[in-house]
Amino acid sequence: MPSPSRRRFLKISAATLGAAAAVPMLHQASPFANAASAAGPGTVTTIPTYCEMCFWKCGGIASVRDGKLWKFEGNPLDPMSRGRLCPRGTGAPGNHYDPDRLKRPLIRSGERGQEQWKTVTWGEALDYVAERMKKIAAEHGPESIALWKHGTGARFFEHVMRAYGSFNKAAPSFAQCRGPRDIGNLLTWGTGLGSPERTDIANARCLVLIGTHLGENMHNTQVQEFAQAIGNGATIICVDPRHSTAASKAKHWLPIRPGTDLALVLAWMHVLVKEGLYDKDFVAKHGHGFDKFATAIAESTPEWAEKETGIAAGVIRETAREMARHRPATLVHPGRRVNWNGDDAQRARAIALLNALLGNWGRQGGLFLAAGMKVAPYPFPKFPEARKPKVDNPDGRWPFADEEVTTGLREATITGKPYPIKGWVVYAANLIQTLPNEKETIEAIKKLDLLVVVETHPSEIAGWADVILPDTTFLERHDDLYVGWGRQGWAALRQPVVPPPDDQKPAWWMAKELANRLGVGEYMPFKDMEEYLAVRCEKSGIDYAKFKREGIVMGPKKPITIEEGAEIAFDTPSGKVEFFSDQLAKAGFDPVPKYTPPEALPAGFYPLVTGRSPVHTFSRTQTNPLLADLVGENEVWINAATAAKAGLKSGQYVRLKNEDGVVSNRVKVKATQRIRPDTLYMVYGFGHTAKGLRRALNKGASAAQLNTRYKVDPLMGGTSIHRNFVTFEKEA
Amino acid sequence: MARFGMVIDTRKCVGCMDCVVACQTENDVPQGHCRDWIVTEVRGTYPTLEMEIRSERCNHCDNPPCVYCCPTGASHVEPFGKTVQVTANRCIGCKACLAACPYGARFVHPEGYADKCTFCLHRVKEGKDPACVSVCPTRCMHFGDLDDPKSEVNRLLGSRKWHTLLPEAGTKPRIFYLD
Repeated sequence: MPSPSRRRFLKISAATLGAAAAVPMLHQASPFANAASAAGPGTVTTIPTYCEMCFWKCGGIASVRDGKLWKFEGNPLDPMSRGRLCPRGTGAPGNHYDPDRLKRPLIRSGERGQEQWKTVTWGEALDYVAERMKKIAAEHGPESIALWKHGTGARFFEHVMRAYGSFNKAAPSFAQCRGPRDIGNLLTWGTGLGSPERTDIANARCLVLIGTHLGENMHNTQVQEFAQAIGNGATIICVDPRHSTAASKAKHWLPIRPGTDLALVLAWMHVLVKEGLYDKDFVAKHGHGFDKFATAIAESTPEWAEKETGIAAGVIRETAREMARHRPATLVHPGRRVNWNGDDAQRARAIALLNALLGNWGRQGGLFLAAGMKVAPYPFPKFPEARKPKVDNPDGRWPFADEEVTTGLREATITGKPYPIKGWVVYAANLIQTLPNEKETIEAIKKLDLLVVVETHPSEIAGWADVILPDTTFLERHDDLYVGWGRQGWAALRQPVVPPPDDQKPAWWMAKELANRLGVGEYMPFKDMEEYLAVRCEKSGIDYAKFKREGIVMGPKKPITIEEGAEIAFDTPSGKVEFFSDQLAKAGFDPVPKYTPPEALPAGFYPLVTGRSPVHTFSRTQTNPLLADLVGENEVWINAATAAKAGLKSGQYVRLKNEDGVVSNRVKVKATQRIRPDTLYMVYGFGHTAKGLRRALNKGASAAQLNTRYKVDPLMGGTSIHRNFVTFEKEA
Repeated sequence: MARFGMVIDTRKCVGCMDCVVACQTENDVPQGHCRDWIVTEVRGTYPTLEMEIRSERCNHCDNPPCVYCCPTGASHVEPFGKTVQVTANRCIGCKACLAACPYGARFVHPEGYADKCTFCLHRVKEGKDPACVSVCPTRCMHFGDLDDPKSEVNRLLGSRKWHTLLPEAGTKPRIFYLD
């Protein structure tokens, strides 16, 4: 997209085109021409490392030209990137050069949240953190300090804090993202689907996407395979209230009413069972409780679902039959960021059951069996015993959560129960933009004696910190290995490409320095990360010198589908695929997923659904000059007819107000045919309020800010992001 | 001698803008400008919609108005690949070429000369694809010699329906979009 100024110029210039064209002057190619007007590269060196622009962790190769970072490209040896990165990976140099980065350690000088700082040395900052951690430990115990984390760099903070006895932690990647899916699948197959998901999109003959917007969501390998599937002529069925990029590639686009997906999935299963189209051999051999399941969905007819979803019964039947025609190479994508309505684990389970009816477990074009590789751990000393249970899920309140629940940790911090939480260390998780209802997060922060934020950027959560520790970007540091599961296991190396531009330090170094100050230095016994990595590689028979040159080591090849000779088994209580879940029944939940209709909308309000921009990751990349240049603010999508009725035009600014009276920053209207008339859509991660994020400050609206009413998944603690309703306020 | 062109599969393109970012870093394109960009064309009314997503850039036309109108010879057809190029130090920044180009493919570089896609000739000379083609995660872009009947680009043009942009302008553009 040309810059706006360029478009304006072109409009003006159109009038002069005739005149210019009327006096053509033909020039021969000049003998002095320098064809490549791009400056020829100087001295270029290349270094492989794995990406952390998002958490797909693709292998890439960075080019350094005359000592400066130039570009970042895919590593052809890497099974994730296959030599091609997504726009965020390609834009990684922008993170390194971003003028809005944190440069030096900071200690708060004003009130919390006022973003007033004094610059300090690393020694001063780490002494400050260690002293306050010791004070909290003395008064309440070390378990009263908790870690919030996202990303590879958190590894050693988690390790050192665990060594110190601070075992409370939480990651939004569970309850605010993939957790409901993991649990829904775990309850059904006996295993989650991991990351990267074990989806054989490339070989699917029929691909069903439910709210999964591949192409805008740029999980690299999946987008590559999505394009392969398109090239192979696969039938794509796309369920989305918005005509997403993926919908534009689909044979069937089902513009569903938000919040009713489970009704559609139940009706699809109803058709497969009623018409006898499901994989009867698979179900007979591997299914548990199928008859009870069939009875439970007997009333979920397409006619019933039509009333809920707005999708015609005929279309529901036709698409179910289409899925059956291509099975077992029909893949219903399990989704990833699926915490929409607060009952998401059951929807994810229903999708798992739909896949089971299609018999695609361990099949080509379905869900393959992921292969890994063994890499030896570093021989650390044993951790001390945890003296108390964790605080985030007291008495198994969310009985099927298998990771820590973020809002549980936040609530414990507010209430001080079952015991006080007085310190937070936050690694690269911008809690204000991540957790629902910012008010509660701030309430929790006010209870703290210490808030440490480790970040590359002065994010909103950094604005509340007592101490900010400036992190390096992934291109400037070593990190632990990434050992991945996929079609074939592999390990990827992260190594510095360029030094950090200012006084930023890698997280492993901070954690090691902190360990020394906390008296647990023996838990970080290596000199530096190179020594740590060399030990792990040596113990695993990996040639470290070669690894440094190539960046990727592949594990053994194993059969991953029945077609290749793999055998399938299910690690559930019944040892089978649980169409009826006795463990859910026993815990008082629906043993077969049941649909709950979303509550009625207040007049004049719309459900706000959210998604991703292909060039941004969460709320982390909005100041990256390369990426912000392409998408610098978000827009609120409004159906063109709805917009016309409301007197709104594309490009004009509005504010969104939710039913609790929370008003967003101003956001541009995109009036479009590509969305249901009763639904609004916005990319999340914008609407930054932190003053230090100069490029992103007040650009667009924050979806998180409007998420004040959220539902918590009773199975696993996932929190909804699509259950808030909003209306417009016109900008004067 | 080769005549370079591009074939882009609009069915596969997801409009992720990776091609745009890759061009920026590869060619040190100044901020606020771009040599390639994404266009999304929507046809129809909810819920009956069609959408085409395209990665656009200089079409390296066979009949290039930007070359014809250039008063200094800075804009010229380069023998290598018969591509349209700009010699920066010959350009006086008069913007005649910006006006003449029906595709809006050119901009004035902050250093004062007309700038645009070069088909990454510096890479092509090393046997590589242009940066945009080489990074595309969907592999929807193909670069090659239109005069070689055996080239992949010609094979693709023979296998699918395609269109070019503004054929009525008479510029004979050399970027082909597979329908």
